[in-house]
Amino acid sequence: MTDAVLPPARVALVGNPNSGKTALFNALTGSRQKVANYAGVTVERKEGVLTTPGGRIVHILDLPGTYSLRARSPDEAVTRDAVLGRLAGEVAPDVLICVADATNLRLVLRLALELKAVGRPFVLALNMYDIAQRQGLRIDLEQLSREIGAPIVTTVATRKRGIEDLVRQVDQLSLGATPSDSVWHEPSAAEIRDAHREAQRIVKACVRPAERPDTLTGKIDGVLLHPVFGLLILLALLFVMFQAVFTWAAPLMELVDAGFSGLAQLVATVLPPGLLASFIGDGLIAGVGSVLVFLPQILILFFFILLLEDSGYMARAAFLMDKIMGGAGLHGRAFIPLLSSFACAIPGIMSTRVIDNKHDRLTTILVAPLMTCSARIPVYTLIIGAFIPQQTVWGVLSLQGLVMFGLYAAGIVSALLVSFVIRRVFWRGTVEPFMMELPTYRWPEARNVLMNLWTRVRIFLSRAGRIILPLMVLIWALSTFPYPPPGAPGPAIDYSIAGRLGHLLQPLLAPIGFNWQMTVALIPGMAAREVAVAALGTVYAVGDPNGGTVALASALQSQWSLATALSFLAWYVFAPQCVATLAVVKRETNGWLWPTVMFVYMVALAYLASLVVYHVAVALGGG
Amino acid sequence: MSDVLVFQSASLDAGTAEASRVRPLSSAAKGERGVIVQVGGVTGATEAIHADELERRLLEMGFVEGAVIEVLHEGAFGRDPIALRVDDMRVALRRREAAAVSVRFDGIKP
Ligand SMILES: Nc1nc2c(ncn2[C@@H]2O[C@H](COP(=O)(O)OP(=O)(O)OP(=O)(O)O)[C@@H](O)[C@H]2O)c(=O)[nH]1
Ligand SMILES: [Mg+2]
Repeated sequence: MTDAVLPPARVALVGNPNSGKTALFNALTGSRQKVANYAGVTVERKEGVLTTPGGRIVHILDLPGTYSLRARSPDEAVTRDAVLGRLAGEVAPDVLICVADATNLRLVLRLALELKAVGRPFVLALNMYDIAQRQGLRIDLEQLSREIGAPIVTTVATRKRGIEDLVRQVDQLSLGATPSDSVWHEPSAAEIRDAHREAQRIVKACVRPAERPDTLTGKIDGVLLHPVFGLLILLALLFVMFQAVFTWAAPLMELVDAGFSGLAQLVATVLPPGLLASFIGDGLIAGVGSVLVFLPQILILFFFILLLEDSGYMARAAFLMDKIMGGAGLHGRAFIPLLSSFACAIPGIMSTRVIDNKHDRLTTILVAPLMTCSARIPVYTLIIGAFIPQQTVWGVLSLQGLVMFGLYAAGIVSALLVSFVIRRVFWRGTVEPFMMELPTYRWPEARNVLMNLWTRVRIFLSRAGRIILPLMVLIWALSTFPYPPPGAPGPAIDYSIAGRLGHLLQPLLAPIGFNWQMTVALIPGMAAREVAVAALGTVYAVGDPNGGTVALASALQSQWSLATALSFLAWYVFAPQCVATLAVVKRETNGWLWPTVMFVYMVALAYLASLVVYHVAVALGGG
Repeated sequence: MSDVLVFQSASLDAGTAEASRVRPLSSAAKGERGVIVQVGGVTGATEAIHADELERRLLEMGFVEGAVIEVLHEGAFGRDPIALRVDDMRVALRRREAAAVSVRFDGIKP
């Protein structure tokens, strides 16, 4: 048997949400899928591979967490279909790993009883065994194994403990045990009750209650979920987060900025003036460099979000905000997708899969891009830095940070308003139930946080390389060629394709105070929000008679009125300047209808908001 | 004869006292503790999903007859939602769904 080449085994990880399935998946396969301390992190199936010490290949499937195979939401349906082998082009897994949070066994034992009906051999992984031991929880493993009729392995996924054992069990099961046919059906209420009773009996027989149960979570919640202090703390947290994005990053950004200016100077002195110098100086450094400057800010934002996600605070924030969200017609589980959208709307929109009701899910998808994503940071920072004076308000707060906070608030408030309107006008009625587990607080793991930040750096740089760089080359070419006819009056860029296009389209945006350079920048800016900054960098650098060594911010200061700048900010609060978001909406909703609706309503709002802001600002003397 | 009567009325009293301590979870205040006596079987608790569906979801989340419950926290607006301890786990729930769970309350945490 051992000498023959064994066929690869297929294994799926199943279990309650937040029990550590993905952490285990990462430990087994060396992957880096997202792990965080709230329910509903994983929303799609992910595959990985490991090789056993015996040289056998095992395909591992990570699945969304669920309390039951009776799927209620799109993510749980993935789990059900994967386990039952109903996914197109896929057979049922050979072995299931049922992942349990060892400190909370009853619910997962009920799920394990349900899994038995599927007829696949399974092993119970008692994960978070470190916490169970710390709490002095005594589990009679042998008896538990007998009771559920499956082998048991204790694991600590985050420390990679128990992994070899688990692999060995899986290997043996996939060779030894023969799967029987699935007799699973949707359990009725009575059957669920019976299974609970059985699970309860098993827990009573095999588990002695914790000697030192966790009391810390209760104490922390006493403060963080306090009706008054809890809300104040949440507000303060968000406020500090946005202020930090602005103020902490400043020194680092100046450093990066100085680096790029130095580089531009160097290029200007070393290379003879001409096409090459213009390409490198105006296209690459002024364009791409103007976006790379914002990496420190984006990392600070992600740092905060990671701390919230890893500590277990996310679910608390959702609890505190539930009434407000419900008042706006949003599903209770919409909060986490919306908060994730602060980082980027794409994972935010994907995580709406945890929402069961179709209309609730669509509403959340439609408003998610209104949340201020990290790609808006370059735009906001550039304009704020150039037009809002560096003042301190009330002794401690920076005025610039305050404006930043205001922009974030504008995004949040408009998301709530839009969803309110959608629920009042289009889909009235139905408010879905809200039930959510509040996970135990955990100290965020430095390694996990650092690894995630590093992933962000890689994503940001690869975006700069794959999207911004080629677009900047294009913009540079479009704003350089064709050359003006000899002896033509006016700046050369007016004769280029970009210049002509900008002048042609500018009347459309003149009512909201945009000049032709901005009009040009918005077109490639459809690809991604920060591209507009890079495009402005290139357009102003090419158009600059001094060879484009002036920083973009000062170029804007001298050429834009305050009203124009504010109007541009208002535009960016609403405008759907991101094809990737529209593409993901198309994928998640299976059609062009919803991305089209999203595009139209967001453009309309953006135009309206800019129009109002521009004219009010002009009336107040900001023209 | 009279003995029997006394006995009967006493048990009746105990019965009503017992019944009066059974209330829907939606009426619970912070700190109250009790044991779940019934899940589902309450009509009009929710219009969005079928009563049977709600019952099953509650059961799957651990709201099952016999589970020990404590109200840990209440939301700031309208004291909604509520955070509960259900046996060994913490769960948040809107009062509207909590109406489908009947609890025999046996006191307030000191
Ligand atoms: N102390 C400890 N923490 C763990 C262990 N395994 C996972 N965690 C933590 O538990 C949390 C949840 O882990 P995930 O792997 O995201 O859980 P999941 O089951 O994939 O969750 P969903 O995808 O939401 O269903 C994270 O904060 C992990 O760091 C463990 O063995 N010990
Ligand atoms: Mg996961």
